[in-house]
Amino acid sequence: MPKDNKYLTLSGLEPLVVTPDTNFINVGERTNVTGSRKFLRLIKEEKFEEALSVARDQVEGGAQIIDVNMDEGMLDGVEAMTTFLNLIASEPDIARVPIMIDSSKWEIIEAGLQVVQGKSVVNSISLKEGEAQFKYQAKLVKRYGAAVIVMAFDEHGQADTYERRIEICKRSYDILVSEVNFPPQDIIFDPNIFPVATGMEEHRKNALDFFNATKWIRENLPYANVSGGVSNVSFSFRGNNTVREAMHSSFLYHAIKNGMNLGIVNPTMLEIYDEIDKELLERVEDVLFDRKDDATERLLDFAETVKGNKKEETETIQEWRNLNLQSRITHALVKGIDAFIVEDVEEARLSVSRPIQVIEGHLMIGMNVVGDLFGSGKMFLPQVVKSARVMKKAVAYLQPFIEDEKDGKQEFAGKILMATVKGDVHDIGKNIVSVVLGCNNYEIIDLGVMVPPEKIIETAIKERVDVIGLSGLITPSLDEMVYVSKELEKQNIEIPLIIGGATTSKAHTAVKIAPHYQNTVIHINDASRAVTVVGDLLQESNTLYKNQIREEYNKFREQFLSRTKQKEYRTIDEARARKFKIDWETTSIVKPKQLGVQTIHEFDIKSLESFIDWSPFFRSWDLHGKYPDILKDEIVGTQATELFADAQELLREIFDEKLLKAKAVFGLFPANTVNDDDIEVKVPNMCSSGFDSQSKNIKFLTLRQQLKKRESIPNFALADFIAPKATGIQDYIGAFCVTTGFGTKELAEQFEANNDDYNSIMIKALADRLAEAFAEYLHKEVRTKHWAYTENETLSNQDLIKENYKGIRPAPGYPACPDHLEKTTIWELLDVEKNIGVKLTESLAMWPAASVSGYYFGNKEAKYFGLGKIKEDQLKDYAKRRSINEEIARKWLNPNLAE
Amino acid sequence: MANIEEEIQKRILILDGAMGTMLQRYNFTEADFRGERFKDYPSPLQGNNDLLSLTQPQAISDIHRQYFEAGADIVETNTFSGTTIAMADYDMEDLVYELNYESAKIAKYVANEFTQKNPKKPRFVAGSIGPTNRTASLSPDVNKPEYRAVTFEELRLAYKQQIEALVDGGVDLLLVETIFDTLNAKAALFAIEEVKEERNIDIPIMVSGTITDASGRTLSGQTVEAFLASISHVQLLSVGFNCALGAEQLQPYLKRLANETTFYTSAHPNAGLPNAFGEYDESAEEMQAYIESYLKDDLINIIGGCCGTNPDHIKAIADVSANYKPRQISVQAETF
Repeated sequence: MPKDNKYLTLSGLEPLVVTPDTNFINVGERTNVTGSRKFLRLIKEEKFEEALSVARDQVEGGAQIIDVNMDEGMLDGVEAMTTFLNLIASEPDIARVPIMIDSSKWEIIEAGLQVVQGKSVVNSISLKEGEAQFKYQAKLVKRYGAAVIVMAFDEHGQADTYERRIEICKRSYDILVSEVNFPPQDIIFDPNIFPVATGMEEHRKNALDFFNATKWIRENLPYANVSGGVSNVSFSFRGNNTVREAMHSSFLYHAIKNGMNLGIVNPTMLEIYDEIDKELLERVEDVLFDRKDDATERLLDFAETVKGNKKEETETIQEWRNLNLQSRITHALVKGIDAFIVEDVEEARLSVSRPIQVIEGHLMIGMNVVGDLFGSGKMFLPQVVKSARVMKKAVAYLQPFIEDEKDGKQEFAGKILMATVKGDVHDIGKNIVSVVLGCNNYEIIDLGVMVPPEKIIETAIKERVDVIGLSGLITPSLDEMVYVSKELEKQNIEIPLIIGGATTSKAHTAVKIAPHYQNTVIHINDASRAVTVVGDLLQESNTLYKNQIREEYNKFREQFLSRTKQKEYRTIDEARARKFKIDWETTSIVKPKQLGVQTIHEFDIKSLESFIDWSPFFRSWDLHGKYPDILKDEIVGTQATELFADAQELLREIFDEKLLKAKAVFGLFPANTVNDDDIEVKVPNMCSSGFDSQSKNIKFLTLRQQLKKRESIPNFALADFIAPKATGIQDYIGAFCVTTGFGTKELAEQFEANNDDYNSIMIKALADRLAEAFAEYLHKEVRTKHWAYTENETLSNQDLIKENYKGIRPAPGYPACPDHLEKTTIWELLDVEKNIGVKLTESLAMWPAASVSGYYFGNKEAKYFGLGKIKEDQLKDYAKRRSINEEIARKWLNPNLAE
Repeated sequence: MANIEEEIQKRILILDGAMGTMLQRYNFTEADFRGERFKDYPSPLQGNNDLLSLTQPQAISDIHRQYFEAGADIVETNTFSGTTIAMADYDMEDLVYELNYESAKIAKYVANEFTQKNPKKPRFVAGSIGPTNRTASLSPDVNKPEYRAVTFEELRLAYKQQIEALVDGGVDLLLVETIFDTLNAKAALFAIEEVKEERNIDIPIMVSGTITDASGRTLSGQTVEAFLASISHVQLLSVGFNCALGAEQLQPYLKRLANETTFYTSAHPNAGLPNAFGEYDESAEEMQAYIESYLKDDLINIIGGCCGTNPDHIKAIADVSANYKPRQISVQAETF
């Protein structure tokens, strides 16, 4: 007789049945790019062997399911998920366990579901986007044969009370079971584990509510399971592992007792329940069950007595002031506290015979500690930049004393030239690397932005620098770096070159730059690596290291060239025949309410605050994760929270004192597609009020995808979103440029004058965010007022950030339209420079840097896509269309040409 | 119209035996395979058994007839390779719809003939859906483990086309069989669910996996229980195993399957393991004895034969099965 059970049954190559007799099922979470920087790096660098060993270690370590997550802005999530799961499938010792396909993007989840043969778990779906979406996804999850994690999240937000948890779980359950016919045993609820003992009144019941909700689910929603991420609960005790481990064990013990049967727990962060110090256990459980009014305080008191706790409170500040001089200086540097640094440095100066000894002794000892902590991942970038601020203040104080002495020059470990290359204005990353190297006793010669190659070479020779660092963000800068390396070679210069910046890569460096330069060329992807690389380059016997690097890059280049996937392409004519087709007869085209060009000069920048997308802000500081989750992140949460507070403070100042100016110009015009890929824009004739036949035409030239894709998928070009002239239907297009950059440079210079690199970088990062926010704001205004094709749009900021609206605003230089030359057309069309003062550099970067420009497409079928690589035939055609010679066209489109 | 869901509760249902084995007896030549219609077809066609439904329909209906005479309740359509993916070998992708539609028509015509003769024993047609010749979860290139020769999406579309043609041709149920790679089967099941939804129909589904060797696993590496967990999200008529092993070797896996599932169970093993010449020589009597052991263990609801079996085997199996009751599954009162 067969068993008729209703137990959650999953499978990889082997089955996993979750019955009341099975112990708690532990999900391995190291193969998650959002939670593991190491795994992210391995995936980014395509070190799949090592990435697989991360998965293997989990399984060998006892994980019964492995969670795979590829949600990272710089990754093609669909491809990364597909590739990694395919690789897992060929490793029987990993593939024996079921997979948890983890993503916030449905397309990535679906890609995962299409490559696993076993019964997997989708992590996750919820009512967040409404019932229709929820049912649609649940139906497909079922059809693909997977179980599902349902987050306690609905249209109003995440459940944070007992009542909300059970309300949402019950509603989700009823929809799934009664309407979607989803097997109840395949439902796993995640009723949200939140931190306790945070000092916030509303967090007191976080654990208790979770326990009770879990119990309620298991008693009232037959066969459903409960899961959760346990480490969240102890978030406020980061750094104090004794307390955290006790909290995890106790929480887990009670959660399991109440019915939680799956979850993500780091096994190394668990104390054995029975071995927890009795007094600690009692205080932990007082907190978890909210048993005493002063439970949090009592646990905090106890935590103070346990080693490893580092809380910054008034008493403890007083305490470190009682340490000896060197310890105080080190503490101030590590913690980035500048309040006492001058008095401490003065005391140090009096204690030594020459003032320079304070720098070489006391301060360097402290900075070495900072360097070690940073190098080992125990300090994060914003902290290091704050340390640098303290260091600079100390050095500035000592400088006059040193200059009073003869030959009192500071001994540096080396001299580094840093420059953002010609045509590029982006310098946040370069400044961060400069600061970090400065902290490590290197002398930095920073030539700023838009530095011509001659100046780089001249300075390098004159100053006898030890290393040259080149940085850039926009794609033309890649070619500029190649040019600089060739010039260096021509002049027989023998100085190692380091390359960095958002569009640079190890591949580009190895394939395009290294072959042109005899001396060492190294790509550095984050500031923390800069210190070790420069250190290795400047050691006395560096031949071995240099040879190693050369060999590594040669090998990488060979591998890269040989592995380049043999992608197939269509001819441009074929691709055009397969264009994305909108049914122009039925699609809705709205004539803009206001045609022509408009400018905004006096704009209250304060109203942009709610439009800011914060996640990229954290990324610019090397803190990875999504806002607001990043504030609670296991690893970088504390730093992110602190950085965010500092950013808020500066933002208030910007708002209150109107430190930055926001300006915009935009225009809406009649337009039609001609010859497949060109968009002909009718420009108003200034002499008359209407758009008559005398008005002149300007053409936007779009590029078309040529990669051979599946039969059903078209080859896109932006021109597909505008009605062809031949249809006789009048369509429309818009263009814009916004800036929040005026004032940034002056502010940054003021901060730098005060030795405050931290705020100098901060102001630029904020200006960038404000410019993006302004673009988002203006797009909304255009959609609802000026073009007015969606007059009653109601979207939350999250919706805006996720671009859940109708119409798109692609920007030249970005994936859908990588051709920077289109900016010159926008400049002509809107007379941008005259109207708002934003200029284009010779590489077509915008100045000020905190500016955004682009087009508006209003059709509801318009969507973002990536152009990918194009072939010679399109290049030739494009050169003809733009009336430039092929070589110039090649230069601009180089990054997008297929090999 | 008779309902297979009712019949299966009354008795053990008999599935037919091999189609290929029977076709070999005809010794069809290249010209026979081509017939008049494909006389000038550019690619060689000998060996494309599915094509015979168009060029030698009489032979196909005769074979169905012989199996029904031997006592089969269900015959399989001659469509094991009837997908665009498998037909690409013969450049016959465009014929897929017609091949499936006509094969279903032929089988259904013969089945009706027998049902009319004896309405108490209604006969059924199962649309045979083979595994295709590509695997979705295995790389054909050992140096590129992440590569796949076919995607889920390609399989789903190919299967969907086959399923629609089989349903249009009038099959009573669908049989996803000889599953080497569970992911292929999941794509087929996905396509079936889509067709069911789009046409607002319900059609019974049989799923039959293949345990490739004594490792007790599918080619794609799954154990019996993992395989079962991976395909049980769809409401199936039956789940079982076929091919690769003989009845004797299959029994332990069948036991594990029967023990775990609340679906009806099926088996259509080969006539033993192939001998040194690649021939199957287990006699009808020998096979009958092994099958009787299944029956004694209460393992089976649907039983038939795969490679090497002929109407003699099926008659022997039908005779012995008549003496036993079908495997009982506890259908507990559903709370939902």
